[in-house]
Amino acid sequence: MDFLRRFARNKGAVLGAAVLAGVVLLALLAPVIFPDSPWEIAGPPFRRPGEMGFLLGTDTLGRDVAAGIAHGARVTLLLSLVSTAVALSIGVILGAVAGYHGGWVDDLVMRFTEFFQTIPNFILLVVLVAIFTPSITSIVTAIGIVSWPPLARIVRGEFLTLRSREFVQAAHVLGQSSPRIIFGEILPNALSPVIVSASLMVATAVLLESALSFLGLGDPNLMSWGYMIGAARTVIRHAWWISFFPGVAIALTVLALNLVGEGLSDALNPRLARKGRA
Amino acid sequence: MSGAPLLAIESLTIALPAGAERAHAVEGISLTLARNEILCIVGESGSGKSMTAHAIMGLLPQPHVRATAGRILYQGEDLLAATPARLRALRGHKLGMIFQEPMTALHPIMRIEAQIAEVIQQHAPLDRAALRDRVTALLLSVGLPDPERLRRAYPHRLSGGQRQRVMIAMALALEPDILVADEPTTALDVTTQAQILALIRDIQAARQMGVLLITHDFGVVAEVADRVAVMQHGRIVELGPVDQILEAPQHPYTQSLIAAVPRLMAVPKPRAAEAGVVLEAEGVTKTFRQRSWIPGRGTEVAAVKAVSLSLHRGETIGLVGESGSGKSTFARCVVRLLEADGGAIRLDGTDIVPLGRRAMRPFRQRIQMVFQDPYASLNPRRLVGDIIAAGPLAHGIARAEAERRTTELLALVGLDPAASSRYPHEFSGGQRQRIGLARALAMQPGILVADEPVSALDVSVQAQVLALLADVRARFDLAMLFITHDLRVAAQVCDRVAVMYRGEIVELRPTAELFADPRHPYVRELLAAVPGKRWLPAVAG
Repeated sequence: MDFLRRFARNKGAVLGAAVLAGVVLLALLAPVIFPDSPWEIAGPPFRRPGEMGFLLGTDTLGRDVAAGIAHGARVTLLLSLVSTAVALSIGVILGAVAGYHGGWVDDLVMRFTEFFQTIPNFILLVVLVAIFTPSITSIVTAIGIVSWPPLARIVRGEFLTLRSREFVQAAHVLGQSSPRIIFGEILPNALSPVIVSASLMVATAVLLESALSFLGLGDPNLMSWGYMIGAARTVIRHAWWISFFPGVAIALTVLALNLVGEGLSDALNPRLARKGRA
Repeated sequence: MSGAPLLAIESLTIALPAGAERAHAVEGISLTLARNEILCIVGESGSGKSMTAHAIMGLLPQPHVRATAGRILYQGEDLLAATPARLRALRGHKLGMIFQEPMTALHPIMRIEAQIAEVIQQHAPLDRAALRDRVTALLLSVGLPDPERLRRAYPHRLSGGQRQRVMIAMALALEPDILVADEPTTALDVTTQAQILALIRDIQAARQMGVLLITHDFGVVAEVADRVAVMQHGRIVELGPVDQILEAPQHPYTQSLIAAVPRLMAVPKPRAAEAGVVLEAEGVTKTFRQRSWIPGRGTEVAAVKAVSLSLHRGETIGLVGESGSGKSTFARCVVRLLEADGGAIRLDGTDIVPLGRRAMRPFRQRIQMVFQDPYASLNPRRLVGDIIAAGPLAHGIARAEAERRTTELLALVGLDPAASSRYPHEFSGGQRQRIGLARALAMQPGILVADEPVSALDVSVQAQVLALLADVRARFDLAMLFITHDLRVAAQVCDRVAVMYRGEIVELRPTAELFADPRHPYVRELLAAVPGKRWLPAVAG
């Protein structure tokens, strides 16, 4: 459990993990704390935080902001985790194939990757979601499709250095098959940077999803933080709390994910960890 | 070797950070270095010899590692108590240092002239014309040809030996009193090593410097040392004049170290009766091509040019050569890690060069390889047992049988069977090399290709692994292709030696014959360059 000790040495990462645990807990307990649908009108509109027992106030239609945040946490976390998983599977497989085989396979895959990288992320995302009509599946897939290229590059880079290592050569000499060498020998050694960038990618996915919902391209049946901000932006001057609290939720979650990612990076690469961070 | 000492280390102790293997890298060592002498500090890895050198230069990786007791006196001044500014003034000016790795010790994007000039400008600024003359003179003095052209070159245009000469020129730029050389020739080929050692000795004598040379190689000691300090586990176990240490070592550790030094004498072996040929290479050629998008701009390097040899059952052929001679490339063609461009490689009569990946698989079992780097050749994320069993499993052998072989082989290579449920990082370099050997043997091969299997190991461990290889070879009647850059090691294990030079075998003869009467001029040069050849370990045998 050397790894946990190294991770715990980074105070920011522990704080981030704690915040993240809080968000996850909130998401899990949302149906218990707020049994009613967050779309339901719970009281009069424009109640300030604290008024009439609404901790975070109510929105333009009288829906409970706190309930929205709790249920939004579910949607946001689920969307960002699944879309990162999609990005991971595309990125790892393409990167591994390119890095392992090299030569023209590598050229082909990398040109394909660059094709995606030359199109601005968010614009491609908007186009994809608009084409496939906004739904939870299309959003998850689209976020996955726009965010895999950096992962593929990382995995490819790791494979390029690892494939010439002697233990990989030994596997060739033993006559192991290519899939075994890729997944059994090389991939486990290439995972640390992948885990780190995946944790940061979750943060990006949160932001992408929020931005989509803000623009009204989210799944219309799902309450999400981005949607709440988007819906409240017209009344921000006289009802700040409706957009403020979801904004804080996004900021805290993204910050926590980044801190955890950095902590993972330090803990997984102890030699690269910055010195003097006692 | 007279007068007050130039440098005196008095009961120096260097503490390691908590959680390190031991509490002190160096514990209470004392030694002196006089003007005009070469003192060699010898020891195996982890003995604290490099730490001592770094402490003198004020280069310890503080604050994690620092000197906690003792003094380092340079002409009476304690270097450990000196301010950073004072140390800066001394370093490069009065104290010069040469590092082990010439490939990384030079600034990669700075011209040679600028790097040397920097040292001079830092301490004793000169005007441009004088500076230029000084740099030219320095480059000439370290035996670099064509200094006019070299001055403007970047480090990557230079060979390892040339870079080490530049490093020496930098260290000598201001004629320091003391030169600290940390394994200055370890990364170099044997002929280059001989030249660099001669250069250090000549310059030392000409300038009456005190040289502190750190090395692990008793051959180097025999070549240059006036006095020797032997270090073990952070302590000096023996200190004395070179003749006394080499000829009549007192301490048991020194004796065992010297006994482990491979000798440059062919060990007479019972000549294997003319057995069948198991591996035959005929005109094997390998050319590396760097393709370019611009037609005609690609480069070609012929790494192996028409190499032929035949290996008999139970025979060991040594492939000896310097870096870039093509010996490793040839070995990799033989085990099909690289595709040969031409020629034939016959395993029991079948040419394996044209075989596809699938057709090659059955032949994989017959020829196995042991790799050079014990730290890179085992997958750090897999258990030792899985590493050894992976080969048999890949060839459809039942798990129970694979595990039985694993246990058997671990015992055979001298490891505890419990080792199979541990990870490679829990083992030392020598133990890892045993695991690598067990992995190869698990396939029950008839031929073993060993690519520098002992060159990353300390001499005492080296001797053990060589003994194990000899044992295994006799037990399984293995044929072995043994690649090494070290003629002394080749002499110990090989029946025949093939010397490779620029992609070709220039001489292939029985070991004793080749050493007694080398015919090719390059082989003669190589034999002459072996460090410490005039000295035979007194307690050997």
